[in-house]
Amino acid sequence: MIARNRLTEIGVTRLIQLAGFSSIIFMGMILYFLLTEGVPALGEVSLRELFSSRWYPIEGFYGILPLITGSLMVTIGAMLIAVPFGLCAAVYISEVAPPRLAAVLKPLVEILAGLPSVVLGFLGIVILSPFLRRFLDLPTGLTAFTGSLLLGGIAIPTVISISEDALNNVPRSYREAARALGATGWQTIWGVTVPAARSGILTAVMLGVGRAMGETMAVMMVTGNAPVLPSSLGALFEPARTMTATIASEMGEVATGSEHYHVLFFIGIVLFLFSLVVNLIASRLVFRSKGRAERVLS
Amino acid sequence: MSLFEIYDLTVEYSDGTESLQGVTMNIEANEVTCLIGPAGGGKSTFLRVLNRLNDLADVKKVSGKVMFKDMNLLDPKIDVIDLRRRIGMVFARPLPLPLSLYENVAYGLRTAGERSKAKLDRAVEQALRQAQLWDEVYDRLDAPASRLSGGQQQRLCLARTLSLEPEVVLLDEPTSALDPISTAKIESSILELKERYTFIVAPHSIQQAGRIADHVAFFLQGELVEYQPASEIFTRPRDKRTEDYLQGRFG
Ligand SMILES: Nc1ncnc2c1ncn2[C@@H]1O[C@H](COP(=O)(O)OP(=O)(O)OP(=O)(O)O)[C@@H](O)[C@H]1O
Ligand SMILES: [Mg+2]
Repeated sequence: MIARNRLTEIGVTRLIQLAGFSSIIFMGMILYFLLTEGVPALGEVSLRELFSSRWYPIEGFYGILPLITGSLMVTIGAMLIAVPFGLCAAVYISEVAPPRLAAVLKPLVEILAGLPSVVLGFLGIVILSPFLRRFLDLPTGLTAFTGSLLLGGIAIPTVISISEDALNNVPRSYREAARALGATGWQTIWGVTVPAARSGILTAVMLGVGRAMGETMAVMMVTGNAPVLPSSLGALFEPARTMTATIASEMGEVATGSEHYHVLFFIGIVLFLFSLVVNLIASRLVFRSKGRAERVLS
Repeated sequence: MSLFEIYDLTVEYSDGTESLQGVTMNIEANEVTCLIGPAGGGKSTFLRVLNRLNDLADVKKVSGKVMFKDMNLLDPKIDVIDLRRRIGMVFARPLPLPLSLYENVAYGLRTAGERSKAKLDRAVEQALRQAQLWDEVYDRLDAPASRLSGGQQQRLCLARTLSLEPEVVLLDEPTSALDPISTAKIESSILELKERYTFIVAPHSIQQAGRIADHVAFFLQGELVEYQPASEIFTRPRDKRTEDYLQGRFG
């Protein structure tokens, strides 16, 4: 009997190890593929050319700078919208709304978080972009700003739902302790509850950034797809193009193994590095205030 | 006149449990009043009436009269923020806020609008000394409070409450999770400070009540069974149920 228990114990351990290792191996393989397909671009196109400002592959111009700035512009814009709104909404649902209303709002937000982005892209083209064109009096409604707004909208439910969970997990006793010291409801929320939930909120923001940066379809549909290096803030209201949109729209047309093909993979590497940096910053921020022991324990 | 004059206090939670039934008692200033009784007797509920923390729980009905000086604490119109600064509370589990040591102690004053660094420094030091923690932490006030041991954390919570210089300090089983040394320090703080403050304590054992109490109230299932000076209740309890409880026959 005891021997059998031991066997199951070992079996389960092995199974879990296998699961863990296989995900690492898959990651490794993806990375390997990305590198073998993308790095040759460096041999075919000089670095100076790669980081120049003209993207026109048909004539052999492979400057990816406008694509990077396009992605940055759209992503940062989206986060400037999604983070404050998402956080406020999460605070409202978790701390302010009467329990019955919260019970309705929460699942609603989660459904929104699951909407396919093509649907949102469609709404963006049909409603948002004509509205912006008329309202801001622009030559076209397909701009970086339209992409930011839409992506912000896409990221908001993610930000809300995860930060709301984090706020909810703050023990009730924290709130009572603050209230017992004469803090008002708002002082308690901003001074105690939100800081106590900050690592969860940061996770929410990072997942939101991830969602915004990786988003392809919706952005491709509403940003106007023009690879132009922005020269001023006004560029926000002109067409732009992101890295993801470029890969998605051009990958189908290139010959495997061509220069263009390798450069597209190189863009993939850049995208990968961006998300790596975002994640590193996030874990720095989360761990900064924690001691080593806590980090090991948690 | 007593500091608190309580008449016929009844508290009912929304699930229908009557946690307190017709409690009538007076609590004297500058004394340590202990509330004893088995679990679910209503001690915590009673304490939370006094600083209106029950506002945050789903209480269905509160009736009777709770006079604190000349203010009726059950009056929905009183300024509860101000009240909680005058009647502070320490909880059973040490609950440092996710801030530094210094900021934990300064928190109450800061939310009350105190800006002056000098005043905050002075208040923080004084409160930490009163809670007998200063000597252990004066050189690392900027460290996160979560680094302290449980016993130190609880004394930090006491300091945090004292920093506001309240008139009354409520303590709900403040030492139930602590080692004997921290427990002794908290008890001696209470005894030393009772000239300046009024303490109402739900102690975590009868022995603790014996060590610190001036008056003892025995609560049983929401009823105040007996309320006497400590010397009386421990030697000559009047009610059979009190006697049974004190001799460890239940609860
Ligand atoms: N938030 C609440 N909602 C509903 N009922 C509650 C709530 N808090 C306490 N009660 C009920 O009120 C009664 C008294 O509880 P209270 O916590 O005041 O007892 P206590 O004397 O402090 O007990 P203990 O020694 O376990 O701390 C119990 O029956 C309890 O179930
Ligand atoms: Mg209790």
